[in-house]
Amino acid sequence: MATNMNMQWMFRAAFALMLLAVTHSAHAILPIEHWRTSAGAKVYFVANRGLPMLDVSIEMPAGSAFDTSEKSGLAAMTNGLMRLGAAGMSEDEIARRLADVGAILSNRFDSDRAGLMLRTLSDTKRRNQALEVMAGVLSAPVFSSAIVERERSRYASALKEADLTPDTQVNREFYRLVYGKHPYALRSSGEVDTVSRLQSDDLKAFYRKHYVAEQAVVAIMGDITRQEAEAMAEQLTRALPRTIGPALSLPEVQSLPAAVNRMIDHPASQSHIMIGAPGIRRDDPDYFTLFVGNYVLGGGGFVSRITEEVRQKRGLAYSAYSYFSPLQVRGPFIIGMQTRRDQAELALSVVRNTLREFIDKGPTEQEVIAAKQNIVGGFPMRIDSNRKIHDYLALIGYYNLPIDYLETFVANIERVTAADIKAAFARRVDPDRLVTVVVGADQKQTATAAPAR
Amino acid sequence: MTALPKFFVVLILAFAGLTVTSAASAAIDDVAVKELANGLRVIVKPDRRAPVVVSMVWYRIGSVDEQGGVTGVAHVLEHMMFKGTKAVPAGEFSRLIAGAGGRDNAFTSRDYTGYFQTLHKSALPLSFRLEADRMANLVLSPEEFAKELKVVMEERRWRTDDRPQSVMYERLMATALTAHPYRNPVIGWMNDLENLSIDDTRRFYEQWYSPNNATVVVVGDVVPAEVFTLAEQYFGAIPRKALPPRKPQDEPQQIGLKRLTVKVPAEQAQVLMAYRAPRLSRPAEEWEPYALDMLESVLSGNPAARLPQRLVKTDRLAAAAGASYEGVGRGPGFFYLSGTPANGRTAAEMEQGLRREVLRVIEDGVTQEELERVKAQMIAAQVYQRDSMFFQARQIGWLETIGLSYRDESLFIEKLQQVTADQVREVARKYLIDDTLTVAYLDPQPLNAAPARTAPPAGVRHGN
Repeated sequence: MATNMNMQWMFRAAFALMLLAVTHSAHAILPIEHWRTSAGAKVYFVANRGLPMLDVSIEMPAGSAFDTSEKSGLAAMTNGLMRLGAAGMSEDEIARRLADVGAILSNRFDSDRAGLMLRTLSDTKRRNQALEVMAGVLSAPVFSSAIVERERSRYASALKEADLTPDTQVNREFYRLVYGKHPYALRSSGEVDTVSRLQSDDLKAFYRKHYVAEQAVVAIMGDITRQEAEAMAEQLTRALPRTIGPALSLPEVQSLPAAVNRMIDHPASQSHIMIGAPGIRRDDPDYFTLFVGNYVLGGGGFVSRITEEVRQKRGLAYSAYSYFSPLQVRGPFIIGMQTRRDQAELALSVVRNTLREFIDKGPTEQEVIAAKQNIVGGFPMRIDSNRKIHDYLALIGYYNLPIDYLETFVANIERVTAADIKAAFARRVDPDRLVTVVVGADQKQTATAAPAR
Repeated sequence: MTALPKFFVVLILAFAGLTVTSAASAAIDDVAVKELANGLRVIVKPDRRAPVVVSMVWYRIGSVDEQGGVTGVAHVLEHMMFKGTKAVPAGEFSRLIAGAGGRDNAFTSRDYTGYFQTLHKSALPLSFRLEADRMANLVLSPEEFAKELKVVMEERRWRTDDRPQSVMYERLMATALTAHPYRNPVIGWMNDLENLSIDDTRRFYEQWYSPNNATVVVVGDVVPAEVFTLAEQYFGAIPRKALPPRKPQDEPQQIGLKRLTVKVPAEQAQVLMAYRAPRLSRPAEEWEPYALDMLESVLSGNPAARLPQRLVKTDRLAAAAGASYEGVGRGPGFFYLSGTPANGRTAAEMEQGLRREVLRVIEDGVTQEELERVKAQMIAAQVYQRDSMFFQARQIGWLETIGLSYRDESLFIEKLQQVTADQVREVARKYLIDDTLTVAYLDPQPLNAAPARTAPPAGVRHGN
């Protein structure tokens, strides 16, 4: 499953793009160039000569949603181990060659997509050395048995540690209950026993099937010319595996038939609480409406209703929030908070009442105006760095958002009304069919608040 | 209001033009500084890549300035700074910033407290108006204080009490230091929080929040002279205060190895070793802090560095291992080594492994190749950092507030580039010694054996 961080990121990403749309000029505000490489990969490029650096990523449908429950964790391990030996280079050679030119190669991984991202200085010598390593890692990873054996043991012990924490426990159970048999239920890192069973051949097969050129999205942002970007995209994709068999797709997500409440015992001083249900797809027509609405409900930080009720009025939590995490298929809608264990019941009832009232009555006109002011006015901050712009290129590319997405962003936000929000939330969030997981509450407290079923 | 004000549309259009052209990058030479008559320092670094400003106010006041029994007051005050003035009632600060499309938050550390907003450049006056107002006119109401104190206790539970590594770090610091206030956690001990009064908090505010104890930092698409004028307009009338004397509370010399064990519910053992190390005070003259910084990078600055390479990959002794040097701050410096033993290995073996690597540096030194690699990484990092306006502002505010200068950043790079392999070996020999070492072991306890905790133990480094 995606981490909270990933989900919030995607949420934000989506918005940022939209704002640029305000102009009525004929050409794009952010001049995104788009083409396909000879191997079929999609490329999105913005030149920016302001800083002598370059960000380049490549992503495929290779996230944890492509795991099976028997081999849960395979996608993440495949992604993580590519750089530990490839194209005749040992893991240390790979690390040294990158460090020698000050380049940073990082993994990109969430429920849907997986790949690599490189940040490097843009002068030819350094850039070429870094790119060559990246291309080798992408196209010829070795997945040697010795390294798989070593790493799965490290992964498993990290998982054992994580499994003890209330934070991990609440997330794991939440996704399991929201998604049932759907692969979004699987934890991206896998489970101790599934990870411990993974073999080199499993990784090779997953790589061969998922890291294919035709499905790849390359995003390039920085200090190079279009011509250089074209050569770079060729270099990264020409030796990738080619697609075999039918295109990869994910099963649809089913709505919850009824409310589910789960309490898990834990000695922590705080209860960790998650409430939610399947939310929306990345291409959902209610996307903008729900985004603006959620700002009012629990996405707007100190000015949102959930923070106001839970933190500002009652001092019950340090952080309390809600968000939609739109994915390829329906990603989750989540409300989360942590509170001292003996007040979990109170906090839960406050949040539930806040949600119910929001869904019954919708936001006020004033709240919608304030939300739109922040989202529209805050747009420049969403694309004020190479990194942020790069991330939007990757997002547009992966989810097939229109290339003029930015051109229509502000119009899409401005169109949203309080009535739309009320209607969209009523369609999407049923307060009587939510999963509630509480980890670490006092027994008698949550017995009434969240009876185990 | 019935529709978005025109302002926002103008803003977007203005932005559009600028993004495409992507103006030239900012350098340290572009930084402008002015000190107002009331002692407020204003530092401006233009970065015109987007029509955005990062506006920060830094106070030279952190947990290091707290007295016994009121640990955590600097951080509680940071929270209370959002709870209103006569002109701007509780909650209004964030509403105004949000309404202008901005975001805002704050951070407290051992050495400083900072507040920031990220906004469209045209909203800089709003940021200054609100910051100047709460610099002088904070209203502390008992109701808001009682609620916010509960929030801070929740923050402590979340940040520290339920996180094994945080608890270990908190206890390590409390053991490694005897007198210096760095021994106390930034968020405060729970019992101190429980007994903190609104008067404690008000006193702290009245003593330390003043223009002559603050630095305003602005990075973004601005003209320095205009920012200075604005600063004068909003902050200029706030009178300076006579600041109380700061007691140095210097740490006495450590005279022997200290050890502690932290028993918390966890799966894996951990080892954290803290050597006393010098702190940077005269950046132009000293060389040891730079050599220690290079030592940190040679040990764990990249995946091919010594600790991950040897202890994790080759020996398979550790699941993870690292080094870290904290030598820039107002209090004592430390050089840390940390490790998580691999499955089936013990904390004692982990400690021995870390010590072996220290010994290897002392006996055999480091290679030129290793140093070159680390230096190449530093040069690149300098460029990458300029991609973030927030980072640039934080860097300036941090250096100025701890008593160095924003100009020192380029000096650091120069001095780091000059570090030799012999110097790295020399600082390892001089400082990584048992007499000034404190070693913490995390002794993992089964989850179900732990009693349910309502009032708990303690934790780590505190960010925002």
